[in-house]
Amino acid sequence: MSMRRIDNFGLVDRAKPLSFSFDGRRYRGFDGDTVASALIASDVRILGRSFKYHRPRGLWSAWSDDPNAIMDISQNGRVLPNCQASTTYLEDAMSARAVNAWPSAARDIKGGLDLFHRWLGAGFYYKTFMWPDWHLFEPAIRKMAGLGSVSQDVLSDYCADQTFDHCDVLVVGGGAAGLTAARAASEDGQNVCLVDDQRLPGGGVYQMQSVDGQDPSDWVADQCKAIRTAGGRILNQTTAYGVYDHGLIGLMQTHRFGVAPGLIRMRADRVVLATGALDRPITFPENDRPGIMSLAGSAELLARYGVLVGQNLAVVANHSLAETSIALLTRAGAEITRIDPKVRPFKAYKGARATGLKQGGHARLFDAVLTSGGMTPVIHLWRHMGGKLDWCETRQAFLPAETPAKMIAIGAANGTFEIDVALEEARCAGIGHASLRADTRYHITALWPEPASKGRQWIDFQHDVTLKDIEIAAQENYVSVEHLKRYTTLGMASDQGKTSNMAGLAAMAALQGQSIPEVGTTTFRPPFVPVPLELYRGPHREQNWHPLKRLPLENTHRAMGAALGEYGGWLRPGWYGDGDPKTQIAAEVRAARTSVGLFDASPLGKIDVMGPDAADFLNFIYYNTINTMTVGSIRYGFMLTEAGVIYDDGVVTRMAHNHFVVSCSSSHVDGVRMHLEAWRQDGHDPDNIYIHDTTQHWATATITGPKARHVLNSLGLDIDLDGAVFAHMSLRETQWQGTHVRIARVSFSGDTSFEVSIRASRAASLWDALVRAGAPFGLCAIGIEAMSIMRAEKGYIIIGKDTDGETMPHDLGFAGPRIKKTSAFLGDRSLHTDKANDKARRQLVGLISENGLLPTGAHIVHAGQSRGYVTSSYDSPTLNGPIALALIANGHARMGEAVEIWHLGETQTAEICAPCFFDIKGEQLHA
Amino acid sequence: MSRYSAWSVFREGLRKGKGWGQAWRTPTLKKAYDVVIIGGGGHGLATAYYLTKNHRIKNVAVIEKGWLGGGNTGRNTTAIRSNYFHPESAALYDKSVQLYEGLSRDLNYNVMFSQRGMIVCAHSVPEMEMAARQCNAMQINGVDAELLDAKQIQHLEPALNFGASMRYPIHGGVLQKRAGTGRHDAVAWGFARAADAAGVDIIQNCEVTDVIIQNGRCTGVNTSLGEISAGVVGAAVAGHSSVLADMAGYELPITSYVLQAFVSEPIKPVLNAVTLCPPFGTYVSQSDKGGLVIGGGLDRVPSYGQRGNMPMQQTVLSAFCEMYPSLAKVKLLRHWGGIVDVTPDSSPIIGPSGVEGLYLNCGWGTGGFKAIPVGGYLLAHLLATGNHHDLSRPFGLNRFVSGRLIDEAASSGIAH
Amino acid sequence: MQIFPCPFCGERNETEFHFAGELGKIRPDTTADVEADAWARYLYTQRNEKGHVREVWMHIPCAELFVLERDSVTMDVLGSHPLRKPPK
Repeated sequence: MSMRRIDNFGLVDRAKPLSFSFDGRRYRGFDGDTVASALIASDVRILGRSFKYHRPRGLWSAWSDDPNAIMDISQNGRVLPNCQASTTYLEDAMSARAVNAWPSAARDIKGGLDLFHRWLGAGFYYKTFMWPDWHLFEPAIRKMAGLGSVSQDVLSDYCADQTFDHCDVLVVGGGAAGLTAARAASEDGQNVCLVDDQRLPGGGVYQMQSVDGQDPSDWVADQCKAIRTAGGRILNQTTAYGVYDHGLIGLMQTHRFGVAPGLIRMRADRVVLATGALDRPITFPENDRPGIMSLAGSAELLARYGVLVGQNLAVVANHSLAETSIALLTRAGAEITRIDPKVRPFKAYKGARATGLKQGGHARLFDAVLTSGGMTPVIHLWRHMGGKLDWCETRQAFLPAETPAKMIAIGAANGTFEIDVALEEARCAGIGHASLRADTRYHITALWPEPASKGRQWIDFQHDVTLKDIEIAAQENYVSVEHLKRYTTLGMASDQGKTSNMAGLAAMAALQGQSIPEVGTTTFRPPFVPVPLELYRGPHREQNWHPLKRLPLENTHRAMGAALGEYGGWLRPGWYGDGDPKTQIAAEVRAARTSVGLFDASPLGKIDVMGPDAADFLNFIYYNTINTMTVGSIRYGFMLTEAGVIYDDGVVTRMAHNHFVVSCSSSHVDGVRMHLEAWRQDGHDPDNIYIHDTTQHWATATITGPKARHVLNSLGLDIDLDGAVFAHMSLRETQWQGTHVRIARVSFSGDTSFEVSIRASRAASLWDALVRAGAPFGLCAIGIEAMSIMRAEKGYIIIGKDTDGETMPHDLGFAGPRIKKTSAFLGDRSLHTDKANDKARRQLVGLISENGLLPTGAHIVHAGQSRGYVTSSYDSPTLNGPIALALIANGHARMGEAVEIWHLGETQTAEICAPCFFDIKGEQLHA
Repeated sequence: MSRYSAWSVFREGLRKGKGWGQAWRTPTLKKAYDVVIIGGGGHGLATAYYLTKNHRIKNVAVIEKGWLGGGNTGRNTTAIRSNYFHPESAALYDKSVQLYEGLSRDLNYNVMFSQRGMIVCAHSVPEMEMAARQCNAMQINGVDAELLDAKQIQHLEPALNFGASMRYPIHGGVLQKRAGTGRHDAVAWGFARAADAAGVDIIQNCEVTDVIIQNGRCTGVNTSLGEISAGVVGAAVAGHSSVLADMAGYELPITSYVLQAFVSEPIKPVLNAVTLCPPFGTYVSQSDKGGLVIGGGLDRVPSYGQRGNMPMQQTVLSAFCEMYPSLAKVKLLRHWGGIVDVTPDSSPIIGPSGVEGLYLNCGWGTGGFKAIPVGGYLLAHLLATGNHHDLSRPFGLNRFVSGRLIDEAASSGIAH
Repeated sequence: MQIFPCPFCGERNETEFHFAGELGKIRPDTTADVEADAWARYLYTQRNEKGHVREVWMHIPCAELFVLERDSVTMDVLGSHPLRKPPK
């Protein structure tokens, strides 16, 4: 067995064996393994296939930089796509399948595509598939592309916890440097949070023989204990994946397989970046073959999982840190053959269950070839934060440059590869001091891709970007790094360039005769690792996505059999009863028209505007004149935007000389309140005006119909309801059973109506009393659907339905203030632009049709052009026929004209009429 | 320019690509051009191309401060559509769709215009009425449109949420079959290659530092590579239109906002169309590579920051999960932000700038990508003739004085 | 998620705030004649500066308008004060 577990190495729990399958075959691993480590331990060499050529892929590395082993994994019926095998902890009864391969990664039927690689190079698809048409080729290409398959099952209880958190110091990365910094900071009395993305912190320390003279495991345990004792927190399996504006850091905390991760929005006064460094590949012919893997990755497999990738190992490395890994592998019994990568040509080739290397005419087979092209500090979060990078010639790497506010990089992330120096740097960082970067003992021989050399040399393993592709991109002048990336797809695989970007940049630099820093880097975009979309959802789901507003009378309506629905953000009775809705609604209209209806109007806005300047203020806010209103009177009016467009309509009540109530549309309350506040504070004297939204404090029951007065009389109120005394558009205040009530005689139905408002807690008593009082008169509770029909019969508009974003008051027949009002008001000047004066403006009219109901949304057409549209259309139970409202170009001047109506390809005719079909003289309204 | 074809791909495969020439040159900046176009994004490059093609003007430079196609052209959600309400908008955007339909062959560059259809869902009875209004408007405008019920939408896009607990249940919607997606980089590169082949100088990494105005007329620009004089200047600098206006001394009704976009790891095909759910403000398609491409509304804070922020990420991605709950487990791979010009009516500004000899193509808001061909076509017409094309006339700056705004959201409830 | 300073309530999450416009817009006196282009400039023209901006924002929970100074590129907050009380 060429690959195996080594006794006394690794952190896995060998007392807890776990069983799992990969591509249909069963394997065993241990608790603490990742899927990848268990497969390598089981001697599985091919864990995946590449995206384009379907080349066999082995494991590249042991953590989140591996681009190769991507699997769809299921357990207990829960399937997750595109899991990185190297970061997915093994659980019992998991079943994994390599993505983009069938029937298995080892025997993928599309493997033959590689034979055509010479025609499938960088950007080939931009140059063909144009004739006859892209659509001919696209379906097949779509099927070929994509990695994992997503089951259409909705995972139950897959819901991310979302929390906010804060600390003084956030330490990212729990390796030697991170642990040391966290300990120093917490012992310094700071509130510390250390996040590490593995189950056990420690980073790469397990690869060392000792840390500070201690066994690595003991040392890690000691540091953790010290951090916790000093009050610090350690979050395991938690990845800092992005830094956002004002230093907000996104943390993803992963849990068991199939459980949604948690999102922590962390704010820290300071961030210590101890994210380590990644081993980068060496570019040589056939360097993508299974069995060629990262030296650091193989050391990590041994140190964390006790897995030695093979007995007979080649090491191809160019820097001094390789020695630590070689020592570790040697201790585990591996025989190491060192290959000098500078001696070219050397290339890999395929041997049976082994990896061949040819150099200088010699061909040798190895269990594995471990390569290490140098260390690349992980500086993603540094870049998210806006930190700059410097190219370090000594280390052949980009390093953090001057420190941005609130972030310090330490350890390998800062290019400090020596443990003793890193620990000292970490201690300083923990207490808030950045150290000067010391001279390094690390030495590396520059080793970058050599353009024009022979053979297929992989730069991006997952996306099959080869050195040749980069040469072609340069030849075709896609030389900016962003063009290179986009044209070749370099660095756009699921590892987002962690393994490929440096080699790609270096290749382009060589091709351009430039240095690597002259070529520059591409943008480092969050997230650092792919995060489930669910992370952003959490509780923002279903009804909580945008919660409905609820009526105080909701239970009463339910008890009465109301069909509740969403209207303008409120849950309201659409109608009552569970029969055919159309019939029910028509019955409600008839009852309200012939006897009396009871309607819950509670969502109507009720915004108090008070103070010595209130009258003049509202006179400015409203299109209509407000400051001449008498106390106790009510006026209908429009609020316009400064562009002169109707923003809201409703009634204003003058409660007292310095007190008004603005009653706006139910869906506009928040907006109107902000609108009023903005103009109160900017342009008026805020000390003389006070605005208070009381909408939710009140419930409003509307009694409407010929018998409305009789019902209200039965309540025994001490006010005279006689029509001559209590006229339409006026208000009375009184007591009902010891509670203050406001009674407004206003109407949205067109019949005599009273809106009775009472504090919300007494709403049910009032409603019940009205129902009882109304019973002898045939009172019928009516929903908003019936009310919508009744208001349309009368020609009353609904803002946003019978008006659009261009409608001005004179389009609705309210032309007076536009011409006559002398004081300034919102939107006044806009009512006189060319467009406002245009004869062809869409104006509100009625439509009658002999061919039945006109569809709402149908257009009025003339000479192939739209001249307006039907905004409201109903079968009127009152008139026993169809009625409609419409906005029609120059409609007011076209009464009686026949017009052509277009709906979904069909046409019919209708006749323009005045937008009022009921009680045209207003006798019932004023009765 | 070596011609691209299946044959050339085959031939170059045999000889290891040795014959592929430069997609565009790296020319030396000349002292003077007939036309200088500021901005080497899609619109600027398309302008150059149509100047050469429609007006035979070839002494043209495109000045780009970074890399061509690096602004919003390279950071959008690639949707192409003309499902507009107002006749002016419909005419403009449908011309763009028509140009896109022939673009790959016209440019000899596969821009992968995939007419997979776009669905705008309606989520209530009133929204269905608005959908009918919209659908009829499109049909009258001569744009293809179908009004669908919920069943038909489920048939087209089965992954959408038709569950009982969906926050905004889908009642139906409007389908434009000719809408779809394109490969955004390819559009910029295709125009660049074709314009370059016709003689246009595309100057990358060259920043305009000042606009030269003599006797009230724009006569050229100063750049980081030196002064260039121009017969006439076109500006197509989405996201930085106000900065250029400040340099040249004209005023714009534009506010810059970040528009974010998101892409998931690639998965096998699950989505067929481009789908928008207006109450969520979120729309989604799946790229040919397999990534879910997700877009939403503007960020809340005016910004030139060219990066996204969490509140809008939360809004857009939670909405995505609500729309496609089975895809909540798919992972986000990248997100990014572009700076867009937002005008009061969300319609573009095409026309004279107020400074003689300087013409504008800006203000496309969140929807500039789909308009790249027509934006270039119309700016080229202005630069070449000094007059509006009929399609661009309604979109001049003077509409803000006359009050003749073209506000799509105002009539249809659906923003651009 | 940005943190904005409400001069009345202190630092709060950006989602609590509403952008009300650029500072310095003066409403023309509409009781006198206002030229169409002057009105259009008041309604629509924006400075839209790249860099240091001065804007009017509302903190929605307390409904107070205030002036926020910030950098529109880096998103750094540079200060805030009540609309009526400019800093001395």
